[in-house]
Amino acid sequence: MTTAPKTGLMAESVKDAAIAATLVAVLGFFFFALRTDIGTGGLDLTYRWGLWFIAIAIVFAGRLLLNLFVFKTSRPVTSHLNISVPAGLMGPIGKVLGPLLLVIALTLPFIVMVVYPDRDRQFIDLAILIMTYVMLGWGLNIVVGLAGLLDLGYVAFYAVGAYSFALLAQYFSIGFWTALPLAGLLAATWGIILGYPVLRLRGDYLAIVTLAFGEIIRVVLLNWYEFTGGPDGISGIPKPSFFGLDFSRTGGFAEFFNLDYDSIHRFIYLYYIILILALITNFVTLRLRKLPVGRAWEALREDEIACRSLGINTTNTKLTAFSIGAMFAGFAGSFFATRQGFISPESFTFLESAIILSIVVLGGLGSQVGVVIASVVMIGGIELLRNLGFLKDIFGPDFEPTQYRMLIFGLAMVLIMVWKPRGIISSRNPSAVYKERKKIGSDMVAQGEGH
Amino acid sequence: MEYFLQQLINGLTLGSIYGLIAIGYTMVYGIIGMINFAHGDIFMVGSFIALATFLALVALGLSALPLILFITLVVSMLFTSAWGWTVERLAYRPLRGSFRLAPLITAIGMSIVLQNFVQITQGARVKPLPPQIQGGVTLIEGVTENGTIAVQLSYMQMIIIFTTLALMIGFSLLISKTSLGRSQRACEQDQKMAALLGVNVDRTISLTFVMGAALAAVAGFMFLLLYGVIDFYIGFLAGVKAFTAAVLGGIGSLPGAMLGGLLIGLIEVFWSGYFSVEYKDVAAFSILVIVLIFMPSGLLGKPEVEKV
Repeated sequence: MTTAPKTGLMAESVKDAAIAATLVAVLGFFFFALRTDIGTGGLDLTYRWGLWFIAIAIVFAGRLLLNLFVFKTSRPVTSHLNISVPAGLMGPIGKVLGPLLLVIALTLPFIVMVVYPDRDRQFIDLAILIMTYVMLGWGLNIVVGLAGLLDLGYVAFYAVGAYSFALLAQYFSIGFWTALPLAGLLAATWGIILGYPVLRLRGDYLAIVTLAFGEIIRVVLLNWYEFTGGPDGISGIPKPSFFGLDFSRTGGFAEFFNLDYDSIHRFIYLYYIILILALITNFVTLRLRKLPVGRAWEALREDEIACRSLGINTTNTKLTAFSIGAMFAGFAGSFFATRQGFISPESFTFLESAIILSIVVLGGLGSQVGVVIASVVMIGGIELLRNLGFLKDIFGPDFEPTQYRMLIFGLAMVLIMVWKPRGIISSRNPSAVYKERKKIGSDMVAQGEGH
Repeated sequence: MEYFLQQLINGLTLGSIYGLIAIGYTMVYGIIGMINFAHGDIFMVGSFIALATFLALVALGLSALPLILFITLVVSMLFTSAWGWTVERLAYRPLRGSFRLAPLITAIGMSIVLQNFVQITQGARVKPLPPQIQGGVTLIEGVTENGTIAVQLSYMQMIIIFTTLALMIGFSLLISKTSLGRSQRACEQDQKMAALLGVNVDRTISLTFVMGAALAAVAGFMFLLLYGVIDFYIGFLAGVKAFTAAVLGGIGSLPGAMLGGLLIGLIEVFWSGYFSVEYKDVAAFSILVIVLIFMPSGLLGKPEVEKV
């Protein structure tokens, strides 16, 4: 292909683009050109030939340009973008990245307040959301990344945590800090109850059963109206207090510390709560990896039969991974409940599980920093897409950019995975070293095979 | 007794639809060992294509209902196959040979893409289609204390059950007798060896997706005719149930997928008939969990051999 003459390249590119355009014409015919709407006396069919032709033209042009400049040419333009980091520098960057992110995370609210004083609440709220997903990602990383158990129903434990706190607060008026450990404990118990019968299943069977559990818990929450409020959810969930001080206008945190009352205080406080919870998750994970149980998880992921031959109790090992992962989801869930003040089964759909799993896989299974990067990119990206109002000026007032949010999210998932199948951070630090510490290429480990 | 028979017929009808979708899952799983999460949404795309075709044919002035139905079926099978092929080409083929979770994530991504694409282009509201095939035959008429109760087998249900049967027979023949079926079975056993013996593995896998999508389109069309209401979100639940059916029957096994589909349909219908409608999904999933605990490779699946 590299030696093809210029004319050949052009002809080939045009042909390829024509094929792509034909495909779009076929695929899009029933979706762009025809549209069904409820009209008078049944469904009406409207024709939108213009839209169909525009879609075909865009794909033709886009594919042609990609062919000419990226796919088929000998010097793709993307090669100029490929800034390679010198090999000697890679180690220091890797070492600095974690602490650097930590420092940024610790000072984030103040950075935001200085840089964007008029939109600080919005940004801190976004940071809280991202941090929640970081925590969930780290929790799921224990199950999928370390123990290699594919869990498609992780959101179930998140839901258990959220509902535990909400119901405890509703029926026994228990505060956030008392309910937090209880919620974690309940989620972990559910992890054991659900995990025990199914953990001898392998791979995709385990995946589908965890998915089924996630759906069962959601359906029960939805239909048990007397206890959980059903689709109406539970509202009026109390906010956390700071050593007994509320964040209210009078007699609370601000008065005690002689500060002017500002609702931003509560957001900053919530941010630090989730940051600390997430850091605890990270710390526990890192320590557990050095303990026998963590070693056993990774060994189990690599080869279950070898583990059994060496006398590792695989059921107990899997159960600990499952329940510890569930516990952190429970913590995150009760935090979610207190942050929102309102929860309903709608927040705990399969899509949520899919987003958390995709954060873990896109970040690079087993990599803690990868989860952070993937959360910032994916969750921050989704939220950024909410602010595309300026596109209305280009495409007219009927154009609703927010509805493209999840479409772009899905496309990004596919593209990142095709571009980097092993995730963004794909090399591993071995947890046990013999003589010297070497990085392992990700293709050497059997991550997420779901044994 | 009459009530029981009626529920049995309803269950078989619903089960046929699940079975048709489940075949798509089980074939793909058998050949490349991945859960094609987007398959439920291919089913949804199929039902949308069928709806648009149906309305377009009516708008063109065709009046013979059987002809309209037949053309709609063929058109939706063809166009949905194109969707199935494209999804495989874009999202799964580049990841062939990569580790297991990568295609699972792209599949989930594709599922999100398809749902949102249909939602954007066709709108989020449900699309009701008035029942097209009416009437039926009364099989048994019984008398209970509440009056008479009749066991009805509607023409719609007959069409669904017979189409499914015909497709199943044709399909089994395709797999067992044709060269395509042979290369599929070869790829299922050992892709490298099949390639060495001159089987075009990529093409075979593509055709598997095409066939799965065509069957999903049939299921989508029948779902549209049976329930008369579709929206962009029907793919998720139908997909999960069909996948459950495939696992229940033993993933990788075609008769297993059909059997699993029928069982899930029956469980769902009987549970809603005798217990509560709200918990029918819980019932179906619980049965799945129970079956898997006691028969970890499903009803008709081959037990996995562990190699060291």
